[in-house]
Amino acid sequence: MKLKSLFAAASLAALATTAAADPVKVGMITTLSGGGAGLGIDVRDGFMLAVKQSGNTDIEVVIEDDQRKPDIAVQLADRMIQSDKVDILTGIIWSNLAMAVVPSATAQGKFYLSPNAGPSQLAGKGCHKNYFNVAWQNDNLHEAAGAYAKEAGYTNTFILAPNYPAGQDALTGFKRTYGGELAGEIYTKLGQTDYAGEIAQIRASGADSVFFFLPGGMGISFLKQYADSGVELPVVGPAFSFDQGILQAVGAAALGVINTSQWNKDIDNAANKAFVETFQAEYGRLPSLYASQGFDTANLILSAMAKADVADQDTFRAALEAAEFASVRGDFKFGPNHHPIQDIFVREVIQEGDVFANKIIGTALTDHGDAYAAECKM
Amino acid sequence: MALPGKPLGEQNKLMTTILLIEQVLNGLQFGVMLFLTAAGLTLVFGVMGLINLAHGSLFMVGAFAAAAVAGATGSFILALAASLAAAAAAGALVEMLVIRRLYSRDHLDQVLATFALILIFSEGTRWLFGSFPLYLNIPTWLSGPVTLPGGIQYPLYRLTIIAIGLVIAGGLFLLISRTRLGIRIRAGESDREMIAALGVDISKLYTIVFALGAALAGLAGALVGAIQSVQVGMGEPVLILAFVVIVIGGIGLVKGALIGSILVGLTDTLGRILLPEVFKLFLDPSTATSIGASLATMSIYILMAAVLVVKPTGLFGAKA
Repeated sequence: MKLKSLFAAASLAALATTAAADPVKVGMITTLSGGGAGLGIDVRDGFMLAVKQSGNTDIEVVIEDDQRKPDIAVQLADRMIQSDKVDILTGIIWSNLAMAVVPSATAQGKFYLSPNAGPSQLAGKGCHKNYFNVAWQNDNLHEAAGAYAKEAGYTNTFILAPNYPAGQDALTGFKRTYGGELAGEIYTKLGQTDYAGEIAQIRASGADSVFFFLPGGMGISFLKQYADSGVELPVVGPAFSFDQGILQAVGAAALGVINTSQWNKDIDNAANKAFVETFQAEYGRLPSLYASQGFDTANLILSAMAKADVADQDTFRAALEAAEFASVRGDFKFGPNHHPIQDIFVREVIQEGDVFANKIIGTALTDHGDAYAAECKM
Repeated sequence: MALPGKPLGEQNKLMTTILLIEQVLNGLQFGVMLFLTAAGLTLVFGVMGLINLAHGSLFMVGAFAAAAVAGATGSFILALAASLAAAAAAGALVEMLVIRRLYSRDHLDQVLATFALILIFSEGTRWLFGSFPLYLNIPTWLSGPVTLPGGIQYPLYRLTIIAIGLVIAGGLFLLISRTRLGIRIRAGESDREMIAALGVDISKLYTIVFALGAALAGLAGALVGAIQSVQVGMGEPVLILAFVVIVIGGIGLVKGALIGSILVGLTDTLGRILLPEVFKLFLDPSTATSIGASLATMSIYILMAAVLVVKPTGLFGAKA
């Protein structure tokens, strides 16, 4: 009898050590309804495409819609951690939702991999060993835009962004690398749809160029109105307003605009070519920046799963830190605060047949990290 | 932008005057657009006593119908016609299926039911058109700026919106003050039971008023959609402003809606531009920009509060 139970215990222990085959449960909280749904749907589709292509049946993904509301995101995270028992959380698009969910999820010993939002708080003092950002730190694309403006010889730029934390980060990021004079600096209302007043100020300011960060519908409105206003100053912005999902809605008004991005569909590597082709085949549309981030996030998780068991957090974390996967951006590695160190490219909006898309015309920043890494003590 | 042959101080002054006139035009255009949305809302509220939160959804229906028709036919005029027809049809349908059951209920029930309609419209639109913004642009014959007297460059399309809005406002006044339908609408406003007793088909009148309000909102959606983003949820910010407008102008009054809209449009536009400049006089530029921007966001609500303190029923509202 004793021998029998001993044998049972031994076989149980043996089971536990081979538990690398235990499925990894991923909870994805993202925005699938309401105004910002296009972004969440792209992240989800990119992520699920990578999972499908891997053929790995050991990964289970639970997907929920946060409706872009922080309180709902928190409820979903609690439910996923407590009743679904997920190992990894991911998916959040917006920085304010990330701030509501990430600190408590990582404090409860879960991994969080951000496919988009990268608020400065989580990159600096609030960094955590279980928090990884696979996209960028919020300031990065704006810093690249500033670097481009400086290199292009602009000396009197007019800058504007919505009056909320990510908007303030954007203007700070731009100014960090730009260094020239400002013809004007405006904070607009979040969700503002009419920019006639701002455009009139730009016209009167004597600026030589315009930098703006207006994500989603705000950017569409601004660009259409700007194109119609007769002001013909060159425009620079981060990729968010020139993303594949909204370019078709902006139309010819965006042609020739310079924008900065860590990814584009014409980056020349095998992983990216295959991604762009299979994404189009699967979903019938061109992938966006957000889709590429979702795709990379899933591949990062899959690469870590191949090397370690998620239950053994330290080894799994080391496997994530190694980031040994074929990123669609080409070279990819994590800095000391688990944020990417990567190249950021300069793109131009072009027309291919009747589709508007981006083309890479140069590199704004090489092996760029972020300004907050030094404040991070893990 | 320096103009040759004039001293710098004079140039700056000229520049500022031009900027100010341009901003007043912008405020006027914004106000006129608001009027198209608020007119329907105030009529429905005044005549039927109904709080319709789904009014913004009808705005969205108009924009989507216009984008779909413009995409298929390439004609902006047809797109505008489609926006009127689609929003009026959606309005009439909603009135007959849902709203009709709500007139006798209290306002809380109306708010709940019309809030549900917002969700149904939003997700229904997403189901039909997808989650990505649609393309709708200004037709080439209305695009680009024109030069106004005094050297002001102003987009032709915005001038057209101002003109269309004022024509429609005029039309509405005539409709309400000079036509039989207008008499019935005014009668319905002052005594619902009595006009029913006089043999007017009140339920048909309600459907017509509702569809008329919806059509105006749909037209506003299409006009604005050409210079903004046509996407799910685009109606809700406009709805909030429209409520502010009818509270300021006095509930149920088209005249109040017009004056209220223009006041709100001017306050919002000029506040956004002037407040940061005022703060720059005694604060450093970056703090001034951020405080000015925050205060500008509140300016229309401060205006509303101020109006309510002086005239609790709105500028043109009857004495309570």
